[in-house]
Amino acid sequence: MIVAKLIDTTLCIGCKACEVACQEWNDQEYTLGTFGGTYQTMPDLSHNFWNLIKFNEMERDGGTSWLMSKYQCMHCADAGCLAACPAPGAIVPRANGTIDFVHENCIGCGYCITGCPFDVPRLSPTTKKVYKCSLCSDRTAVGLEPACIKTCPTNCLTFGERDELVRIAEARSVELKADGFADAGVYNPPGVGGTNVLYVLKHASEPEQYGLPKDPQIPWTVSLWKGPMKWLGSLMFWGTILGAFFHFVIYGPQDPAKHGHPEKEDEPSDKF
Amino acid sequence: MTNGWTDVSNADVVLVMGGNPAENHPVGFRFVMEAKRLRKAKIVCVDPRFTRTAAVSDLYVPIRSGTDIAFLGGLIHYALTENKYQRKYVEQHTNASFLIAEGFGFSEGHFSGWKDGKYDKTTWQYELDGQGYAKVDPTLEHPRCVFQLMKAHYSRYTPDVVANICGCTAEEFLKAAAMITIAAAEDKSGTVLYALGWTHHSFAVQLIHAAAMVQLLMGNIGMPGGGVNAQRGHANIQGSTDMGSWNNLPGYLKIPRANQGTLADYLKANTPKALRPNSLNYWGNTPKFMTSLLKAYYGPHATAANGYGYDWIPKVAEGADHSWGTFFDEMHAGKMEGLISFGMNPVANGPNTPKMIRALSKLKWMIVAENFETETAAFWRAKELAGSEYPQSMKAEDIQTEVFLLPAACFAEKDGAFVNSSRWLQWKEAAVDPPGEARRDQEIIADLFLAVRALYEKEGGKSPEPVLNMQWNFAKPHAPTLREVAREVNGVDLETGKQLNGFSELKDDGSTACGNWVYSGSWTELGNQMARRGQVDPTGLGLYPEWAWSWPANRRILYNRASADDEGKPWDGTRAPIRWNGKRWSGDTPDYKADAQPDSMAAFIMLPEGVARLFAPDLVEGPFPEHYEPAESPVDNALHPNANANPMLKTYKSDMDAFGTAKDFPFVAITYRLTEHFHYWTKHTSSSSELQSNFFVEVPEELATEKGIVSGTKVRVSSARGDLEGPALVTKRLRTLKVSGRKVYQIGLPIHWGFVGKVHGPLINKLTPSAYDPNCGTPEYKGFLVNLEKIG
Amino acid sequence: MPKESSRREFIKRSTKGAAVGGVTAVAVPAAAAESAPKPLKTAHTHQSTSICPYCAVGCSVVVHTLGDKSRNVKPAIVHIEGDPDSPINRGTLCPKGASLEEFVQSDRRLTTVQYRAPGSREWTRITWAEAMTKMARRIKDSRDQGFEATDAQGRTVNRLGNIAMIGGCTDTNEINYLLSKFRFGLGLLAYENQSRL
Repeated sequence: MIVAKLIDTTLCIGCKACEVACQEWNDQEYTLGTFGGTYQTMPDLSHNFWNLIKFNEMERDGGTSWLMSKYQCMHCADAGCLAACPAPGAIVPRANGTIDFVHENCIGCGYCITGCPFDVPRLSPTTKKVYKCSLCSDRTAVGLEPACIKTCPTNCLTFGERDELVRIAEARSVELKADGFADAGVYNPPGVGGTNVLYVLKHASEPEQYGLPKDPQIPWTVSLWKGPMKWLGSLMFWGTILGAFFHFVIYGPQDPAKHGHPEKEDEPSDKF
Repeated sequence: MTNGWTDVSNADVVLVMGGNPAENHPVGFRFVMEAKRLRKAKIVCVDPRFTRTAAVSDLYVPIRSGTDIAFLGGLIHYALTENKYQRKYVEQHTNASFLIAEGFGFSEGHFSGWKDGKYDKTTWQYELDGQGYAKVDPTLEHPRCVFQLMKAHYSRYTPDVVANICGCTAEEFLKAAAMITIAAAEDKSGTVLYALGWTHHSFAVQLIHAAAMVQLLMGNIGMPGGGVNAQRGHANIQGSTDMGSWNNLPGYLKIPRANQGTLADYLKANTPKALRPNSLNYWGNTPKFMTSLLKAYYGPHATAANGYGYDWIPKVAEGADHSWGTFFDEMHAGKMEGLISFGMNPVANGPNTPKMIRALSKLKWMIVAENFETETAAFWRAKELAGSEYPQSMKAEDIQTEVFLLPAACFAEKDGAFVNSSRWLQWKEAAVDPPGEARRDQEIIADLFLAVRALYEKEGGKSPEPVLNMQWNFAKPHAPTLREVAREVNGVDLETGKQLNGFSELKDDGSTACGNWVYSGSWTELGNQMARRGQVDPTGLGLYPEWAWSWPANRRILYNRASADDEGKPWDGTRAPIRWNGKRWSGDTPDYKADAQPDSMAAFIMLPEGVARLFAPDLVEGPFPEHYEPAESPVDNALHPNANANPMLKTYKSDMDAFGTAKDFPFVAITYRLTEHFHYWTKHTSSSSELQSNFFVEVPEELATEKGIVSGTKVRVSSARGDLEGPALVTKRLRTLKVSGRKVYQIGLPIHWGFVGKVHGPLINKLTPSAYDPNCGTPEYKGFLVNLEKIG
Repeated sequence: MPKESSRREFIKRSTKGAAVGGVTAVAVPAAAAESAPKPLKTAHTHQSTSICPYCAVGCSVVVHTLGDKSRNVKPAIVHIEGDPDSPINRGTLCPKGASLEEFVQSDRRLTTVQYRAPGSREWTRITWAEAMTKMARRIKDSRDQGFEATDAQGRTVNRLGNIAMIGGCTDTNEINYLLSKFRFGLGLLAYENQSRL
């Protein structure tokens, strides 16, 4: 059975309970932020912050609008991170469809970061391993909901069997359309084979307004790596020269602006 | 709350005004979202700021802080003129038909009886017949009946006048009015959710009165999905209030006045008489409540001969008050010697922080029991810890206050009951021991009280009787268990030794003892009712009668008798909290005699009128709410420029009580909480500090553009009391308002920082004025004047 | 009320909580071939029920402690989460409630009695006994100084005007009742809580 998380953004009040539940359950280290000019906890995800509510304030339809949406691992059916990962057993696709990182097997190469079309995994500057949401695999294994979902006060988050959630999401968007939101719909992008995190959006034709990519695709470099080249790549990764070559092919030149450069962000934060 | 959190999901329309539940009560807000999702309820959010509540509302209307009475007055006018009120409900369950004395009126901003800065309330009274009952006109036509007077009073509150005062447009107001008055239909309910956005004004009580009037006109009081619902801001602020204040004993019994020399005098003055022949007038039982309280307090020392120890209860001088503003003013004037604080932080949460700090520095001693070192405990270190922010504070060496800081247990380290906003008493267990040398509060209080008593026993002293005679008969006097205390609060039959089943069993002959009559029934012979965890919901209305215990009498919806008409027919058959089966009322605990015929008595049994008050003659500044400007306002009162602010406004005259004008301080400021923090506590935790690490000042986009400010620019906000600095958060969510033909900007100031904690920032109350509501003494934290300068 | 739910009961309760949301609860054991997920941190905890101390919505919480209270064991909190049985919160919490574990165990908690002498620049640690002796003396001296048995008109008023007491809103009814006894024992009138603010 494939499980999923449904995020009905029309019910999100931006309370961040899910952020805290995630931090607390996963015993994350807390960091102090610098003022960023919004209500958002931090500008982006980090290796010790896997679940972020994004706030987007705008004028639309003749009034003020404040969209809030949850940002975390999407647990893709066709997972770019998994495709890109060269380390055996570091990224585990669980039988229930969640993508779990097993850190003792992670070699910290960061390829999964490149492979992710949603820009989710983050490298820890201290452990040199990559982290992201596991959909609380420890909780789901014993019949508990993931921490974020359990704590959500407004029914914005639901956990369950994917097919059932797709039905609920579709019914909800029909309901929203009837309530006058003609553009309401479900976000379940086909480019990654569908995601195990589904969204109901009021403005479904503009997912960017919620910080979601319109048509996420696994990067062609990773697809190449995943496809005919993977057997070769797996062999070559361990060879130093060719490994360096592939690093360039896949990773390209380093672009420090792209990933919210976690190292730099962590620098000014007071650990406490 | 008249109703409760779980009941909000029964609403068809939710007016959120003077509160921001999505941010401050997110879990309670789930019932609003449920109403929206499952009942298609409309959410109307009226707020100076576009909040996270506004973000999910069906309609948001911005208003200038402090103009809520104008808005609600406009709703009353709209309902009456558009015939959008529940006529039968108004006729049967309110005092609309009551006649008021000759000479009552309102002109130039004052009600009749205004003279020399005071009100003579003679003309505000009901006209009584020979038997002392109020005269009524059931047709509501008499020119002196409440209905006609109300209609005349609010005739001035037209949509254009509302828009001009509030700063919204008339169209926005009318849209909101149309939505809110859906609830006028007999089969529709609307709820009102408010919090400190209403109580933090110098006309707070009148504001809530206005809301109650709207709800009565809509027929929403007593209805599931209706009511006037205060979202309380601390875990047990309700219970703490139930247990007394400067003017109340436990159970809302008044503290005696000096002219009530004997118990008989007291009971005569405080036991109301029915104002209509069909009024049950439940407060007529005051002698039973009071006598039982005195028995709980003084035990065997309380006898019929000594008026059950009535002498030992302190008496307030006539006209005196000992509310927050007053005693801190006295402290500031050097008239107080000591302060004992159990979990309160006046330096952070009192108005006019510099005055608070100065006041504490004039004490001889202060005892603070706390989880953390608070700003109050550390007030004498203000200069050391945040010197530049407190230029007027003294050096530690010059402060002679002796301070005791006692480590106290937190919630998880003690059992006992909290009362939530819904009036539910929920019992909690102790999970762990307090850390280190920290102790449970019951032990700290017991030790301290018994140590004082021991000194009086040993040395004698001034009037030792009240100290010596207070009953303290716990199994371990130095360590009472909260179970023992809860049983004493519930009350006991002193003859049989059995726990009482409820307050109907109380006696006025000294044979029962009860620490708080409204809690009677919470710990009966069947055990601790507050710890119940039953899941049943027989009415299907979300009342959960077997989950915990609700005061009074486990009643979940107050005034529920008003959910049906005079004959007992529910206004809405699909949503009746109680039903008459010909012999008894079933469903929720009826707010009525359980076996009384529907037409045998009036619905509001707690009021001497038997009906609800649209006209409230007991309030200080008038029987009808009237729009007055805040103590500091950017504009003149558009209705009556000669009576600008509340005529009965309460202020103090120390050298630190300054007020500013719009000339120097042109912007309206509002203070508020954010979802991410709880008051001044969570700056001591890493998690909340992570979510909102930094103080900021919310600045409207248009003003920011005018001043060249962008998000992150350092700004200074100043008022007549002081100033503070922080980064600006420029936002579209604070709309420029047009008031009396001119632009008004509002500045947003979140409150959660201070000079101790994991994160630091200015204390917002440096800016707030010592202007208080004259009825209840709440300070005006919303709608005061500031200036804003760019400094970075 | 279950004093200590077994693991099974707790799973059952959670299942009920999930069902309220309209979705069938699903337990997802890891397949045998997979590396097992990390162990559940609440697997061997004792559970107590409590109420969140923040706002007055009145959310129930389950406090998970490790340690069985035997002679040498002092239980410690490992986790606090929403109580699914509560009709108010049904297991959910807000961001403050979700961090209660961290509040209880904050490194800023006071663990010793601190005393600041008049004019001193610092706190000094004293014992409870010393503090009690001193505080009782201050209270008695101030009361003897400020107590008014009769007013100017000779009426019995038995009131105290020079000591104020504040607080209670963060604590239980029972504590508030004890404070009321303390307060009226002294005859103290200047008494307020957070409801005024």
